[in-house]
Amino acid sequence: MSWETVIGLEIHAQLATRSKIFSGASTAFGAEPNTQACAVDLGLPGVLPVVNAGVVNMAVRFGLATDAHITKRSQFARKNYFYPDLPKGYQISQMALPIVGEGAVTVSLPDGTEKKINITRAHLEEDAGKSVHDLFDDCTGVDLNRAGTPLLEIVSEPDMRSAVEAVAYARQIHALVRYIDICDGNMQEGSFRCDANVSVRPSGQTELGTRAEIKNLNSFRFLERAILYEVDRQIDLLESGQSVVQETRLYDSDKDETRSMRSKEEANDYRYFPDPDLPPLVIDNAFIDSVKAEMPELPQLRRARFINDYKLSSTDASALMGDKATAEYFEAVLEGQTFPAKLAANWIIGELSGRLNKENCTIENASVQAPRLGQLLARIDDGTISGKIGKQVFDDMWGTDASADDIIEQKGLKQITDSSAIEAMIDDVIAANPSQVAEYQGGKEKLLSFFVGAVMKASKGKANPGQLNQILRDKLKNA
Amino acid sequence: MALTTDDIKQIAHLARIGVDETTLEPLRADLSTVLELVEQLNAIDTNGVEPMAHPGNAELRLRPDMVSESDQRKTLQEPAPAVEQGYFLVPRVIE
Repeated sequence: MSWETVIGLEIHAQLATRSKIFSGASTAFGAEPNTQACAVDLGLPGVLPVVNAGVVNMAVRFGLATDAHITKRSQFARKNYFYPDLPKGYQISQMALPIVGEGAVTVSLPDGTEKKINITRAHLEEDAGKSVHDLFDDCTGVDLNRAGTPLLEIVSEPDMRSAVEAVAYARQIHALVRYIDICDGNMQEGSFRCDANVSVRPSGQTELGTRAEIKNLNSFRFLERAILYEVDRQIDLLESGQSVVQETRLYDSDKDETRSMRSKEEANDYRYFPDPDLPPLVIDNAFIDSVKAEMPELPQLRRARFINDYKLSSTDASALMGDKATAEYFEAVLEGQTFPAKLAANWIIGELSGRLNKENCTIENASVQAPRLGQLLARIDDGTISGKIGKQVFDDMWGTDASADDIIEQKGLKQITDSSAIEAMIDDVIAANPSQVAEYQGGKEKLLSFFVGAVMKASKGKANPGQLNQILRDKLKNA
Repeated sequence: MALTTDDIKQIAHLARIGVDETTLEPLRADLSTVLELVEQLNAIDTNGVEPMAHPGNAELRLRPDMVSESDQRKTLQEPAPAVEQGYFLVPRVIE
């Protein structure tokens, strides 16, 4: 029997505010335990939550970016459960009336096709604190710095049919929240977390199979592997006549498997009710318009513009779209320059990305910033240096303030375009290799690259490749 | 709505409240009476009335996104029964 995989994702994006969702405590990561937890975060008696305007702004931004319905009167609710890192005994979340309703994103898949993934809702809620189990012998330590940190929980429809689609969607949302500056996307620090609802059903069946919810997916690779494991597990169960139990499972990346979190089961009675401390959150059109006015250009629109205005391929445009800083760098390189955009795209995707990877550095901190790369590319485009020498100049620029022109000048890297100089070098090479010349003339044309290489070497890489080829062919013919 | 003693046990467990056997029945009776009182509302025809999550016409007031709280760990941890290295200590819980 063939099976169809069905996946829906719940993504928790930590909103990049300075203060918490219901209190004025700082949200900065990595502080000493409990130094950023105030009376509200601790749930002390008598405190009242006051909603952070920045959080509302960011949620609306996400709604606008996903073409979603924005709820004009949304409501906070209490989700009740007992755990030491949740001091109030309830998490303030949204249930019946989330701030962002139905929306959608169009996801570019690795095979070049596109797929629309519907988003059910995105609601605001507060994060819980952290429990530390390995620091004390007989006790659990509780750090409430994270308690009250604003989260936007983005719930998709079960529209994905493979691990690849799920990863593409998660990456797209990841890029989007960073683009619109509502989340730093740092998965190691837990700013962007993913839970996957996975089920399988016989191909052709419309009814959904029983799903398992997989937690603890803190990288795209783990998301993919956990889904692949879980799909195999469920198919094995069904094919051996057993059934899938609806439950929460934890992905263990060391063992590359998912396992049941039975302790979560009994807690699933959350007894939601509207939070009496928080009247409805009312959003009017004027507010939505003001948020719209300050929105940056969305990735899908920018991508289309790159393809139309700069004549980039779809692949190049997507590669530059990976994060906002890269797209902005690209446009900054082109600023005031006349070389083809494709040249800039190639260099950013190739040479620069490679270098950033090697140095483990972000593009914002790249040693060679856009204007300097622009000057270098201009020298390649106008023939002052070849692309190959360009890479050498780029390496020399990295870690210094020197301009491309300075380095070309100092190191004497200017391309040799004087045809008499090139001719002289070719004559020397021909004279030194009579047997190869004879073979070439006898029909072994592959030897051309041998001669090109030899002349290039003699010129220290500076001969203009176009001229060199042309003159070399003529000379070999008549040698 | 009449509750059973099992309902009471479940509610108590979810709230982590210890209820001894002798209290179960009186609690069940009291809570059932409360629910019955509220159930009178079901007699009202609410067709065409928009659901309301909050009484009155209050709307949420927002505050600007600014850090206004400083570190008060020392004061806030004073009433805690056990504290170590800045953490609140609780009986061991393991996922």
